[in-house]
Amino acid sequence: MVDLIYLLFPYAIAFTIPLLITSLGGLFSERSGVINIGLEGLMLMGMFVGALVISRIEGFTPGTAIWIGLLAAMFFGAIFALLHAFACVTLNANQVISGIAINMIAAAVTVYLARFITGSGNVQIIRGLSRQTIPLLSEIPIIGRLFFTQTYATTWLVLAILAVATFLLYKTRFGLRLRACGEHPHAADSAGVNVYLMRYLAVTISGACAGLGGATFIVTLSGEFNGTAAGLGFLALAALIFGQWKPWGILGATFFFGFASTIANVSQAIPVLAQIPGIYLKTFPYVVTLVALVLSSKSSQAPRAIGEPYDKGKR
Amino acid sequence: MSHIVEMKSIRKEFPGVVACDDIDFHLKKGEIHALLGENGAGKSTLMNILFGLYQPDNGIIKLRGEVVNISNPNIANDLGIGMVHQHFKLVHNFTVTENIILGLEPTRGLTIDIKRAREKIIELSKRYNLNINPDAKIEDVSVGMQQRVEIIKMLYRDAEILIFDEPTAVLTPQEVQELTKIMHSLINEGKTIILITHKLREIMSIADRCTVIRWGKVIGTVNVSETSEEKLAEMMVGRKVIFDLDKRAASPAEEILSLESLTVENRDGGHGLKNFSLGVKCGEIVGLAGVDGNGQAELVEAVIGLRKPDGGKILLHGEDISNLSIRERIEKGVAHIPEDRHKHGLVLDYTVQENLVIKNYYLPPYSARGLLNWDNIYEHAERVIKDFDVRSGQGADATARSLSGGNQQKAIVGREIDGNPDLLVAVQPTRGLDVGAIEYIHQRLLEQRDQGKAVLLISLELDEILDLSDRIAVIYNGELVGIVNAAETDENEVGLMMAGGRRGAAV
Repeated sequence: MVDLIYLLFPYAIAFTIPLLITSLGGLFSERSGVINIGLEGLMLMGMFVGALVISRIEGFTPGTAIWIGLLAAMFFGAIFALLHAFACVTLNANQVISGIAINMIAAAVTVYLARFITGSGNVQIIRGLSRQTIPLLSEIPIIGRLFFTQTYATTWLVLAILAVATFLLYKTRFGLRLRACGEHPHAADSAGVNVYLMRYLAVTISGACAGLGGATFIVTLSGEFNGTAAGLGFLALAALIFGQWKPWGILGATFFFGFASTIANVSQAIPVLAQIPGIYLKTFPYVVTLVALVLSSKSSQAPRAIGEPYDKGKR
Repeated sequence: MSHIVEMKSIRKEFPGVVACDDIDFHLKKGEIHALLGENGAGKSTLMNILFGLYQPDNGIIKLRGEVVNISNPNIANDLGIGMVHQHFKLVHNFTVTENIILGLEPTRGLTIDIKRAREKIIELSKRYNLNINPDAKIEDVSVGMQQRVEIIKMLYRDAEILIFDEPTAVLTPQEVQELTKIMHSLINEGKTIILITHKLREIMSIADRCTVIRWGKVIGTVNVSETSEEKLAEMMVGRKVIFDLDKRAASPAEEILSLESLTVENRDGGHGLKNFSLGVKCGEIVGLAGVDGNGQAELVEAVIGLRKPDGGKILLHGEDISNLSIRERIEKGVAHIPEDRHKHGLVLDYTVQENLVIKNYYLPPYSARGLLNWDNIYEHAERVIKDFDVRSGQGADATARSLSGGNQQKAIVGREIDGNPDLLVAVQPTRGLDVGAIEYIHQRLLEQRDQGKAVLLISLELDEILDLSDRIAVIYNGELVGIVNAAETDENEVGLMMAGGRRGAAV
């Protein structure tokens, strides 16, 4: 049993990280008052751009290609999210509908371009990110084996972003203003905060994070773009709600999803788990999410002004 | 004496109305200047122009002798103009400190310097006797403290000219006294205050000068020491106003409505109603006094049937009606003047005649064999319009939306009273109305009582409760604090009870 956990842990973490960073992106957007149901599409965009850029340049610069690919995915994710920001903030569109549109456009555009470029619709990369064991720290009993062996560099990058995001949201001017925009935009406005600018920034950040999430998934787990984000973006959105719009809550929620999904994915190969019908394991995280959402809906910590286009005139 | 603010021939038009019609307004440094007018007279518009929320179509604003262009609230802040809005602009899950510094945060390196902000706030709080807790969350503090937070917000931004928009609407009488003290200490520290209000008594007790606005025009500016409530009222309305209601002694008979340990849970995190017992007799008006949000809404909704009680009984003529539908209750003689006439009182896009039969259209003579009888409906509407002095352009055929607020309200009052109810539940029946319409509706409620009907009056205006009621029940936190006879009590006692103090606790 213990060995099983040691075995599963690195996979669970690897699966958690793309969810975590995407969910963090959603956190910025939603804390500023803009629902971002387009995380799925933004992630898909990151997967496509990441896979495409890496596959084109890894022949020349094998070492740095992956990092250039991740950066490109963040950049295009941010650009693509600007579309959502423009619709929701400037045009006062319904945020849910705009998010759905983002998902549909992303699915169509990436598949079209992928077919156009590779002919098959799939974009493969030859080498993903390699796993590394961290010296010294991995020697620590239990914890060393669980957290510091077989890790990806992106894991540490994303965890660093989590720490920075927490600091940004709760300790800085920017964070205070961003959260005010999501709770009571009129209060923020009357205090001299530019609500429109804050929301643009927040949605753009969410695009960059989701793009990074998508590309991370490519370079660590899947190795190819195949035209779908397989619901990861929606899972990240669920984790955002499950985590009650708080950075550490999100960490917990995404890790739960990551672990549960990993168990479901590898269950056939492990005799102890193979006895349980696959359907139970596969649906387990979703059923738990549903129950948790129902139970926590009474004390929901959702930002108050979420989903409302900001209208200066309405007082 | 120099004028700190001069507004000259300010004009502002909205589609169809001239909100400000060449208004001149002068503010002296160090005074409390009241701006008096009925709802829609243009006083708020004028102040929103000074605060930079609206741009005037015409006219100039001079500040300390210099012409300024205030194109948004940030500029107003920089010029030392601050405003406490009627609806506070505070973030519910931020601390008091965070709310105050928002937009003007002191920093140390990358982080907000909460410690320094906190110290400055405590110092301001001490200097002006504001008595606030900088670490409390807004959702946990009283409305009175929220208002003081708004005041510190202005002081933190070094505002010199402080605009208060209807500041007393949400306060208990004791909190009003507290606010008066605060205003005076602000003046002592060299600030200047503009007070927007329609309450005459406040002006008499707080303000130095008063500018009266009617229909977008300045009627005059007077020194408060040289005028009286009657004179101000006359200036505001444009005719003499009768203050004393023609109110005879009540002759209450048997109890018609009895609430027995009524409990209604609140689903939105408010107080709800806890174990509430109250009786209302025929031939009396029982007033329910309390600060907004202390369970009044739950009580009303339970009595008229919009909400199911979670415990206790509602007896009408001794019969439990708590499981009856709304229609069944109406048929048993319960009428309701709702708090929000647009939301629950009228279908705004229906005509007046349709609205007047909306509760009994299915009964003869208004319908027969499932078809509406328009002749009878029209005739009924004409009669109610005449009886209740509802003024509308096209009479019974006008849409409810086209009526003024006062006439919409008279139509509702007409509909409810015309049904000859045994029990009338009147919630804020005069909210937002002008003095004339208020007088009229008060008279009709008293008439109802004199005809031996029961009236349950729920109002946030303590004056209205004191003037009309025979007995006053006070609600706080969803519980009954006590019941007093209107003739034997005063604003002070009821005010203390509204803040939760038991009867007799007053000194």
